[in-house]
Amino acid sequence: MSSTPTPAGSLLTATGLHKAYGPTPALDGASFSVHPGEVVAVMGPSGSGKSTLLHCLAGIVTPDSGTITYDGRDLAGMSDAERSALRRGEFGFVFQFGQLVPELTCVENVALPLRLNGVKRKEAERRATAWLQKLEVDGLADKRPGEMSGGQGQRVAVARSLVTNPRVLFADEPTGALDSLNGERVMELLTEAARGANAAVVLVTHEARVAAYSDREVVVRDGRSRDMEYTR
Amino acid sequence: MTLLDDRPTRTAPAPTRPGLGGRLRDLGLGIRFAVSGGREGWIRALLTAVGVGLGVALLLGAASVPTFQQERDARGDARQLGVGTDDRLKPGDRTMLAVDASSEYRDVTIGGYLLRPEGAHPPLPPGVDKLPGPGEMVVSPALDQLLHSAEGKLLKERYDYRTVGTIHDSGLDNPFDLYLYVGSDSIKDGTDTSRIDHFGMNYPKEPMDPVLIVLIVLACIVLLVPVAIFIATAVRFGGERRDKRLAALRLVGADVPMTRRMAAGETLFGTLVGLVLGVVFFLAGRQLLGVVEIWRLSAFPSDFVPVPALAVLILVAVPLASVAVTVFALRSVVIEPLGVVRSGRVRGRRLWWRLPVPVVGVALLLASGPGDTLGTRGVVQISAGIAFTLIGLVLVLPWVVEATVRRLRGGPVPWQLAVRRLQLSTDGGSRAVAGITIAVAGGIALQMFTVGINDDFNKKTGQDPSRAQLGASAGFASGELAERMVTEFGATKGVRSVIGTVDSWASRTGAKPDADGILASVSVSVGSCSTLRELAKVDSCRDGDVFRVEGAENAGVDDELKIAPPGAKLDVGDPAVRWTVPADTRTVHSRRDPGGHYFGGLLVTPGALDVRELGNASTSAQVQVDQSVPDVLEYVRNTGFAINPGMHMYVYQTTQRDSEYASIRSGLFTAAALTMTLIAASMLVSQIEQLRDRRRLLSILVAYGTRRSTLAWSVLWQTAIPVVLGMAVAVTGGLGLGWLMLRMVDKPVTDWFLFLPLAGVGGATIAAVTLLSLPPLYRMMRPEGLRTE
Amino acid sequence: MSIGHTLLGLLESGPRHGYDLKRTFDETFGHDKPLHYGQVYSTMSRLLKNGLVEVDGIEAGGGPERKRYAITDAGITDVQRWLATPEKPEPYLQSTLYTKVVLALLTDRDAAELLDAQRSEHLRLMRALTERKRKGDLADQLICDHALFHLEADLRWLELTAARLDKLAAEVRPS
Repeated sequence: MSSTPTPAGSLLTATGLHKAYGPTPALDGASFSVHPGEVVAVMGPSGSGKSTLLHCLAGIVTPDSGTITYDGRDLAGMSDAERSALRRGEFGFVFQFGQLVPELTCVENVALPLRLNGVKRKEAERRATAWLQKLEVDGLADKRPGEMSGGQGQRVAVARSLVTNPRVLFADEPTGALDSLNGERVMELLTEAARGANAAVVLVTHEARVAAYSDREVVVRDGRSRDMEYTR
Repeated sequence: MTLLDDRPTRTAPAPTRPGLGGRLRDLGLGIRFAVSGGREGWIRALLTAVGVGLGVALLLGAASVPTFQQERDARGDARQLGVGTDDRLKPGDRTMLAVDASSEYRDVTIGGYLLRPEGAHPPLPPGVDKLPGPGEMVVSPALDQLLHSAEGKLLKERYDYRTVGTIHDSGLDNPFDLYLYVGSDSIKDGTDTSRIDHFGMNYPKEPMDPVLIVLIVLACIVLLVPVAIFIATAVRFGGERRDKRLAALRLVGADVPMTRRMAAGETLFGTLVGLVLGVVFFLAGRQLLGVVEIWRLSAFPSDFVPVPALAVLILVAVPLASVAVTVFALRSVVIEPLGVVRSGRVRGRRLWWRLPVPVVGVALLLASGPGDTLGTRGVVQISAGIAFTLIGLVLVLPWVVEATVRRLRGGPVPWQLAVRRLQLSTDGGSRAVAGITIAVAGGIALQMFTVGINDDFNKKTGQDPSRAQLGASAGFASGELAERMVTEFGATKGVRSVIGTVDSWASRTGAKPDADGILASVSVSVGSCSTLRELAKVDSCRDGDVFRVEGAENAGVDDELKIAPPGAKLDVGDPAVRWTVPADTRTVHSRRDPGGHYFGGLLVTPGALDVRELGNASTSAQVQVDQSVPDVLEYVRNTGFAINPGMHMYVYQTTQRDSEYASIRSGLFTAAALTMTLIAASMLVSQIEQLRDRRRLLSILVAYGTRRSTLAWSVLWQTAIPVVLGMAVAVTGGLGLGWLMLRMVDKPVTDWFLFLPLAGVGGATIAAVTLLSLPPLYRMMRPEGLRTE
Repeated sequence: MSIGHTLLGLLESGPRHGYDLKRTFDETFGHDKPLHYGQVYSTMSRLLKNGLVEVDGIEAGGGPERKRYAITDAGITDVQRWLATPEKPEPYLQSTLYTKVVLALLTDRDAAELLDAQRSEHLRLMRALTERKRKGDLADQLICDHALFHLEADLRWLELTAARLDKLAAEVRPS
């Protein structure tokens, strides 16, 4: 269905991905690529394999077959520890909900990825506070996730995903649990921050208005991908 | 009155006052939920049931202890030799001679008798169908097994008789009892021999020692409170999920009391299944005690029958208590139609009502002096003091945990995760840890107390094992035996040297008892020159010499020598032999003998006194062995048994520990360890439950590249912080309590570090809970958790 | 959109000149389609005739464009009535798209193909609108949002239709 282009200068490229959970194939020959500073929307009906594609690209799940190349390195060939280190150091993640550690304060939540990377607590929290400011939630620094609204929590999550200055930001339905106004603001802040840092964004969404924040879209259907820019 | 009335009446949506039927219906509905709640519901019910079951099994076990004790004592009494009420039985048709055939083998003790019927109708020992003939024996199954194993090879040489039968359970103390009866045609009436006409002896039961009562009270609190805490924890397994389900019921119109009753119903179901499991566990456990020996503890399953009243109490009280706990726990939870609000614990725990409880306990203990242990009032006061102190510790602990955790800050990521988690809710952690605390504190106090009392039993014997390791004695005088002992022990493998003496006493010929009826006498020991040199500082010695030995540990002994100056005429033994102290008798100084004693009196060589004529004397040997020879003691014992089965043999040790107290201590340790295992199990279940609730979060943390070790450490800290705090409270409380208790019996604290083994068990608990949480943790850290929605 | 009511509404905040009215209108509502001055003039004279506005004054040396208009009490009542009356709901049926989807299915073509292409086209416009919204002021945002929601609704309707017709087609011709 799709040609498998590996455009020059792409940061993260996947070709011919297959992945099955039990007898059901989630990915059936999907391909993907993203450039630095580019926001790519992954669209498609629910159950089409969008999230599985994201999990494969991020090295959370290993595909049954196919290749994933990140910055010239083969992701599928890496050990679990190497992929974990990659996710800690160079990737950022925003999910739909339930991603903040409920017992940590906001600033501690945001500082967490830095601390996992071995940054000292003081320094990590200083940088976390700066990101909370950028996302306009610095007033919540000492609050726990249970004490704030969904939109505020999601902004904190975006701050956390960006605090390590990741080169790729993975966002899986980041506005799924938010109303339009909050969703929009979160998308604006997310894309602005990512573009400002020249980070690539892989944005899984089923909402066209959210996808409108992307530079181009990839449609996933029945485990196969269709890159709307390159197939044209 | 009209047709209109036939319409179904609509009940008003106003709150209906439930009758008893309504309440029961709600309870039943709760039970239905538990039964039909799908896999989740079953797992929850099963967890509760297993937890309650373990608790109930332990309670039933505790309730069986009186029966167990009674049955065992009864069988013990039944196999005592029945020597009759008369001073001396005459030989007859129904009499039998018996000699103690017990001996030690490595670290076990074998009991039993040599029996020689004197008539056609001798009594049968309990559990024996037919008396063994000469050269035959009947043995307990455990002994039979030991004799036939490689381990029992040397023992087989000692009890070298033909096995003709086994002793049934009714004649045994426990399934691992090593016991035997040997038939004989050679034993003769004598000092070591008893003439009996029946088996069984009724010892009058002494009233229980008040100190023991205090010990038992403490033991009950230490063991039963954690079990209660464990059951209370078990009925809350899966509570959070249940609350969510109840919230859904609120949405469709259930009111708050209804949800409480339904929750109670669910718990009740789990508890009832738990009761059944408890009975099963109990029956299985007592069966296990019959086939496996744990820390020297074993029992016939049939001995383990709970006291009926206690059993009924357990089976009624546990379900009622579990319902009460559930309803009580729900008071701090508001189940709203749209979710669950935990209102409790927003304010910190208060200290003001917790602290007085242990303070009252300590005050009660401080107020009772050394003599108070004897009176009933004293016992009540002390028991109450102990109870208040221990329960007070449990009350203070949550406050300590909360206050400490609140002050913790910073640290590495795993520490931070754990601390923050504990700050949000210390409930679960401290509840389980409270059980550990009471078990450990009580265990420490008990150990200190028993060890302190043990000082009476734990005395230094003063024996010198570098010079002799074994003593042997027979209750009759025989120079020949003494010689045989010297030669045969001397020829035994691994024996370095032997001394052997015939011991008797002498008084001045014609002397009369003084006003108190005491006849002045002096010890007389007959032995070869080499033996005498071991007992006194003898320069030269030839057969025929006699020595007066001064310098015994007891100053009175030197005085006794006054009746035996050289040339004195003495009556030796009973019946007496006339003997004159030779004129050339020298006075020498005593020397510490291998048994650790200083001999005082007359030392005589065989040439100077013919021992064959001595009556009412005993023959003894002290054997020095080379301990590098494996099983050297068993070779010596075998030799001793071969010389005379009735010979009493004992091993010298620097300290001699009272075995009963040793078994109390090992029992205590076992119980405390068992309790902690139980608590650890409940901590593990809560931990895994918590992890399951956080499956998604764990997956997300993994997506972020969190190392497994980071989360593993956080799980460790989450267990370790409350346990360490609990152990600190427990050790402090336990040492304090132990000190107070020893103070009451006027004994010093002998060992402040007794808590180390129990603290070790606490550490092991932390490690076990963490390690066992790791597989589920790792399983839940798989990325599949991201796909749940 | 009723230009007359819009201009009346603008006058409610105070008297204005005709050119002033045009500029404000363009700035606030007329991004897609600026108003011609002639439209302002003809509208104002109609309102004047109906007594909804009055001439407040004429600037010295000015032509007819230099008239200053003020709203009358009748005018205020009219604006009030207009605002209070709901717009007639329009069955916003995308007849062209519908025709295309049905045609695609009837001719054994892949409706998903058509859908993806249409989505892509929609997204292209939506990206532009989003971009403009980001750079613009509140008025821009409100207007762009309206367009974005409509475009999204189009897409969702199209997706649903395609899915339903797919099923329908499968039922009709089981292969």
